[in-house]
Amino acid sequence: MPEFDVVELEPADHLEPGETAPDFTRPLVTDEFWEDRSLAELVDGRTILVFTPMIGSFVAKYVWDELAERGWLDREERIVGVTASTPYGISRFLDENDLPVEVFADPTNEIAADYGVGHDLDGMAGVSEPRLAFVALDADRSIESVWVADEWPEFPDYEALEAEFGLD
Amino acid sequence: MSEATSRDGEPAITLYRLQACPYCERVARTLGELGLEYRSRFVEPLHSRRDVVKRVAGVRTVPVIVDDDAGVTMAESANIVDYLESTYGDGPPTGSAAADEATAETGGDD
Repeated sequence: MPEFDVVELEPADHLEPGETAPDFTRPLVTDEFWEDRSLAELVDGRTILVFTPMIGSFVAKYVWDELAERGWLDREERIVGVTASTPYGISRFLDENDLPVEVFADPTNEIAADYGVGHDLDGMAGVSEPRLAFVALDADRSIESVWVADEWPEFPDYEALEAEFGLD
Repeated sequence: MSEATSRDGEPAITLYRLQACPYCERVARTLGELGLEYRSRFVEPLHSRRDVVKRVAGVRTVPVIVDDDAGVTMAESANIVDYLESTYGDGPPTGSAAADEATAETGGDD
């Protein structure tokens, strides 16, 4: 009998390939500043949205470190994060970890809810955050591929994910 | 590719600002009163975390505006307000030359 619990999440009612990714406007954060941007104006080629738990969690750190290590931030696809943190927290995180990536700040977690990848946190009343999720979009914001965590925590098999998302 | 790039239709004026900074709010209010569209880029309170402002304007204080149409980059809220009113409004009351690099006696920007 395991001495720890990996929490099985409720099935996510997430968006599926073929659907158009909902547009939204939020502060888009870099390691230096943030400004309001819409997803629609951002997407002009293949784009991968990376939803992570909030900044400060080990899950967010592990994922961004892994993606940087695997060269995702140098790809021609645009990699864009989404998380339920403030712009201040995100900007510091990107700066301190040398991550040249843009992340949408969505403290109210509405975007994750719209995309069907939200997660209410047990023991943190009133706080929700995205599940770990990857959503690949084409230049018209049509969803090509989706990977959503079913457990908490759960990390993808990155090689399989890259193959499924056409990133190898 | 589509005929329009993602940068088309964006405002010519960018305002580098700090949340709750009164000097920045003064510039934002002036931009609003003149009916000018602008985008806001927020930076952090610590000057050491304002490399982008230093690169753009050579200073670490905010507000700073960049007016792409006019090719003007400017710091110091009093200078900026003068510039905006003389360029896009009826002009500042004093008619001071705003676009030169005058060091107005503000000194209070954040």
